[in-house]
Amino acid sequence: MTNTSPASKADPTKLQAESRNATKAQLLEFWYYFSQNKGAVIGLVIFVLLVLMALLAPLIAPHDPDFQYRDSFLVPPFWEEGGKAAFLLGTDAVGRDMLSRLIFGARFSLFIGVVVVTIALVGGVVIGLVAGYVRGMTDTLIMRVMDIILAFPSLLLALVLVAILGPGLINAMIAIAIVLQPHFVRLTRAAVLSERTRDYVVAAKVAGAGHIRLMFKTILPNCLAPLIVQATLSFSNAILDAAALGFLGMGAQPPTPEWGTMLAEAREFILRAWWVVTFPGLAILVTVLAINLVGDGLRDALDPKLKRS
Amino acid sequence: MLRFLLGRLGLLIPTFFGVTLVAFSFIRMLPGDPAELLAGERGISDERRAQVLGQLGFDKPLWHQYLDYITGIFHGDLGISFVSKKPVLDEFLTLFPATAELALCAIIIAICLGIPAGIFAAVKRGSIADQAIMGTALVGYSMPIFWWGLLLIILFSGTLGWTPVSGRISLMFFFPQVTGFMLIDSLLSGEKGAFLSAVSHLILPSIVLATIPMAVIARQTRSAMLEVLGEDYVRTARAKGLPPRAVIGLHALRNALIPVVTTIGLQVGVLLAGAILTETIFSWPGIGKWLVDSISRRDYFVVQGGLLLIAGIIMLVNLIVDVLYGLINPRIRYN
Repeated sequence: MTNTSPASKADPTKLQAESRNATKAQLLEFWYYFSQNKGAVIGLVIFVLLVLMALLAPLIAPHDPDFQYRDSFLVPPFWEEGGKAAFLLGTDAVGRDMLSRLIFGARFSLFIGVVVVTIALVGGVVIGLVAGYVRGMTDTLIMRVMDIILAFPSLLLALVLVAILGPGLINAMIAIAIVLQPHFVRLTRAAVLSERTRDYVVAAKVAGAGHIRLMFKTILPNCLAPLIVQATLSFSNAILDAAALGFLGMGAQPPTPEWGTMLAEAREFILRAWWVVTFPGLAILVTVLAINLVGDGLRDALDPKLKRS
Repeated sequence: MLRFLLGRLGLLIPTFFGVTLVAFSFIRMLPGDPAELLAGERGISDERRAQVLGQLGFDKPLWHQYLDYITGIFHGDLGISFVSKKPVLDEFLTLFPATAELALCAIIIAICLGIPAGIFAAVKRGSIADQAIMGTALVGYSMPIFWWGLLLIILFSGTLGWTPVSGRISLMFFFPQVTGFMLIDSLLSGEKGAFLSAVSHLILPSIVLATIPMAVIARQTRSAMLEVLGEDYVRTARAKGLPPRAVIGLHALRNALIPVVTTIGLQVGVLLAGAILTETIFSWPGIGKWLVDSISRRDYFVVQGGLLLIAGIIMLVNLIVDVLYGLINPRIRYN
């Protein structure tokens, strides 16, 4: 389309520079609104620290997360009586260092979040785009299938899917992605429905854009804001659900240092060794809280209705 | 109104059949030999396999099996648990009151604390109280409830010794089930201390299960109130000189509560998913624990029946909420 425009013939480099400036201005505006929300900035900082911790785990963890120190079972954290400086947050029932396991656990949680959201987002967006764009029977069929998935409590459906696929981290992630997908489908479809009759879409159609181009290049970029917010929410949900599955023995299997699995292993010691229960859960809470704070900030920054108020 | 109701029902019927299809396929998608899985026996002979498959109707064509399954559902036949050898529906009905009692207590706690907190935060927008309430709500919303339950057990059962760790009532008490709700039954029994024992068993699981719904309701109430407080009719009410209490209680709250009703309805799914975790932690003899135990015991007819019944409950509650929403908000009804 740009080929026929007189402006682009006149000076394409100038146009490109203008478009770059516009993107920069948009980003700056986004950052302005996002940084207004102090909680969101704190959440972002914590999240970045968690990512760094996950990436640098082998460098910063004081011990091997799976190594069992036979002379140090259930050692309390260093500030408690009987604690050892070598194990800052104590050890678990088989003598593994809690802090190292927690640091390595960040890798699993963030990995779960990224993979689950990617599968659910890509699948959901494609299905939602097709439903909203094609309409008719396809749309009805897709939406009914999504209704069916949403009729089950997410954790129950994930549990049942894991029962079919077999326990394990990968299967748990697939199950959670399937359960979270309908939210993306619904959002994308709703956004497409409101966009598809707009002038710019009609103009692209008249100019001869094909279906794929219309769906992915013309309409999709204008539906992104709610999807980004939903992706953040799904990220934290995925971490929570995976931890819950791990806790029920249906997610990551021992000795994986996944936080939910660690909690499951620690359950029988709750009245004897508070630290083996407290720290993994705290790690889940802090991670999920940080992501939800970022999600709130993104919603405020991306929602034009809130900006005006 | 009738058209609205019929429209909703029309949407529900295909979903219901879809749900039955999911439950039906579940058993047939399990890896391994179905006869061994469903008989709960390993290395069975060909003769026994044919007998088991014939008994369960698995030797018929798939469409015939599905038809039998649907017919069974409408006759209240959801299969037989091969652990207890009792019909799945009977087991469900025995255990459901425990979950219902827990979920009802949880939602009452969530509403009684969540709505006032949300209103207060909205009215005092930007204040320290608002920030504290919304901060707490976000923490509640982000809470891994299985961990939260364990923490409460450590504190209240372990350190302080105030509440029991598990179960619905102390083993000292024994009385017949009338309603299945331990709080009511313990009162009816007239046994001294029974009611208090039931309350002390119920309190921690209810708080754990209430945490997420409470946070969601508080957040939703606050944003709905903020929206309504900016409306012209609220300004008019203020301009008339009405006291703030009347403006908030009479004019703003009634309209703000409309979206909150939907939010409360949507919590049913959250409660039932939460019940799976809460009941497991507190050894609460309800359907959540029953399902988790059945999955690990490979009692697949129970899982199949439980899936269908829970989805059915959620769909039913959503329908009721939709109708209520239509009743209190005429704009929805006439569109």
